[in-house]
Amino acid sequence: MKLRVGLFVTCLVDLFRPRIGFAALKLLEAAGCEVLVPAGQTCCGQPGWNSGDRASARALAEKVIAEFEACDGLVAPSGSCAGMIRTHYKDLFPGEGAWLVRVEALAAKTYELTDFLVRVAGLESVPGDYRGTITYHDSCAGLRELGVKQQPRQLLAKMPGVTLKEMKDCEVCCGFGGTFSVKFGDISAAIADAKCEHVAACGADALVLGDLGCMLNIEGRLRRRGDDRTQVLHVAEVLAGKP
Amino acid sequence: MHFKERAGKALADRKLQSVLKRFGGGFVEKRAAARAELGVALFEELRDAGAVIRDRALAALDVWLLRFEQEAQRRGATVLWAHDGAEVRRLALDICRRHGLKKAIKSKSMLSEEADLNEALADNGVTPVETDLGEYIIQLAGEAPSHIIAPAIHKDREQVSDLFAEHHRRARLTDIEQLTREARLMLREHFLTADLGISGGNFLLAETGSVAIVTNEGNGRMVTTLPKVHIAITGIEKVIPTLEDFAALMRLLPRSATGQAISNYVSLLTGPRGEGDLDGPEHMYFILVDNGRSSLVGSDLQEMLRCIRCGACMNHCPVYQSVGGHAYGWVYPGPMGSVLTPAYVGLENALDLPQAATLCGACHVACPVKIPLPELLRKLREKQVQAKLRPLGERAALRMWGFMALRPWLYAPLTRIGARMLKLMGGRRGRISRLPLGGGGWTLGRDMPAPEGRTFRELYAKRGGGTSGK
Repeated sequence: MKLRVGLFVTCLVDLFRPRIGFAALKLLEAAGCEVLVPAGQTCCGQPGWNSGDRASARALAEKVIAEFEACDGLVAPSGSCAGMIRTHYKDLFPGEGAWLVRVEALAAKTYELTDFLVRVAGLESVPGDYRGTITYHDSCAGLRELGVKQQPRQLLAKMPGVTLKEMKDCEVCCGFGGTFSVKFGDISAAIADAKCEHVAACGADALVLGDLGCMLNIEGRLRRRGDDRTQVLHVAEVLAGKP
Repeated sequence: MHFKERAGKALADRKLQSVLKRFGGGFVEKRAAARAELGVALFEELRDAGAVIRDRALAALDVWLLRFEQEAQRRGATVLWAHDGAEVRRLALDICRRHGLKKAIKSKSMLSEEADLNEALADNGVTPVETDLGEYIIQLAGEAPSHIIAPAIHKDREQVSDLFAEHHRRARLTDIEQLTREARLMLREHFLTADLGISGGNFLLAETGSVAIVTNEGNGRMVTTLPKVHIAITGIEKVIPTLEDFAALMRLLPRSATGQAISNYVSLLTGPRGEGDLDGPEHMYFILVDNGRSSLVGSDLQEMLRCIRCGACMNHCPVYQSVGGHAYGWVYPGPMGSVLTPAYVGLENALDLPQAATLCGACHVACPVKIPLPELLRKLREKQVQAKLRPLGERAALRMWGFMALRPWLYAPLTRIGARMLKLMGGRRGRISRLPLGGGGWTLGRDMPAPEGRTFRELYAKRGGGTSGK
């Protein structure tokens, strides 16, 4: 029986980097899943939740639950979106038994991509053929809300051409923080700069990570610093290889 | 408060940035080493126990405070209650008048900062002298502390050399040990001539009516035993039931703060000098301060009162480490300050602080008593929204996003247009140097990588859409 998994593309992937969505799709199929892509999906509601606008976050949560609850699982190429659904959705429905049953059911089967591929699908080999030295940035939500740490590294270790070199402070925030990146842009850029220093110091060809917010932030700062050389890649792209 | 402006100045301050870069990571490394040495599993168990101990005290705060008062009085101390900073000043000055006190030596008290006590003392003929080395340094500089454990952490050796040379009027020293010895020499005179000692209190022990003082310098003991009057000023949330609770929290506090298994001095002060005692103050007073704490009891921010003032949260905070403590504008910086400042001085007076966080969670992971700081910050953001304190532009943008995201028939075409527009703006280089409108904050210090130019939704539909089932 194939797992029928709903791909939660995420708003940033949809708008900025569709290739990450297709990479995730390819990996899930390689893992033996049937992949559904609910057509009306938009956003997990995190911008509203983090900004204190409970009502708008709640409305989007209801939409996501209705769109995905029929799937065997919800997989997102993002620790922050998966974390929002898995750990915070229940806080949007305090004391509402009927909704909480549905929230908890969805939360229990919501996963960040690499976590799903390792712990649920048990993916044995990956199609990608990247060659080079990489370093991995651990996005905050994935790490601290979902325990995503070893999973991407385990998958990357299956690629013979990849050498993983850990950088200093790989678990320290990159400074994105959602709307923080525009509200406090100067502080955000300064924090990103510290991250870029560590990337440069470790000398990797590419920075790999699992969240597009972090990715746009760090890449944006790298380029502004004059680094046009270091690649910034989503782990899904590296694992999936050419589209 | 004007956090944004101060943060901007801090980012442009080359000296401060150099100090932060050189010394900012020290406490993080030391805490990690101490945690590993104790054993990670045990340390995490202790954090759970610490949260339980603090919650137990907070659940019956009035009971434990009254018990503390009873025990402290039994041992000869006077217990006074201050509603706010003004009352702290009034009570302290009363004590000074009653005993004819002229000079106060102080060991660290953040509550005395909350109450602006030093200024009130000086204005009323009582000279305050800070004796914690870091506090002494910033007193010379006329500055506020920038960290709750290391008040002068924003200063480097060069700056301290300059300060000492200026104020001590001796030859300028540069060796750290020599500088410390000179401070000791200067302070010794004050220790011996002070008639009042003012301290804070790390914990109030209900079981014995004692105040616990945790220090690395001997000044804590000098301040609390040499002068004839000792006043211990601290917040009402500091009370814990038993000595055993104290022992458990002491396994967490120094490790979390400075990476020490135990601080150099741990003092339990129980009453003034008793009959037959060789030393100690003749009179001991407690000023136990509310200043907003009781309003948090029973509220959705109550967990903040668990805080044992270790400083781990600010040590691990990427925002604090970028701008330093003075940017936060009040007594408490970093994540704990971003919760306490709006809670104690008013939500409308500290609008930026709960917003100036990435919600990365490093503070929560480091907190020895597991305060859910990111969630408390988010709750404060929610309160701001409910009180309609957010700027119009922000409210409009969020409302628009929410409106669009609920309506795929609208979201799809708008994002198609957006993807194409941003791709165009990115030009040949594939990046945007200046984003319009609210996006300007991003491009001040970064480029925005251009999108691919088509949305996933439209590309997926083109490929045949629907469910794929190979």
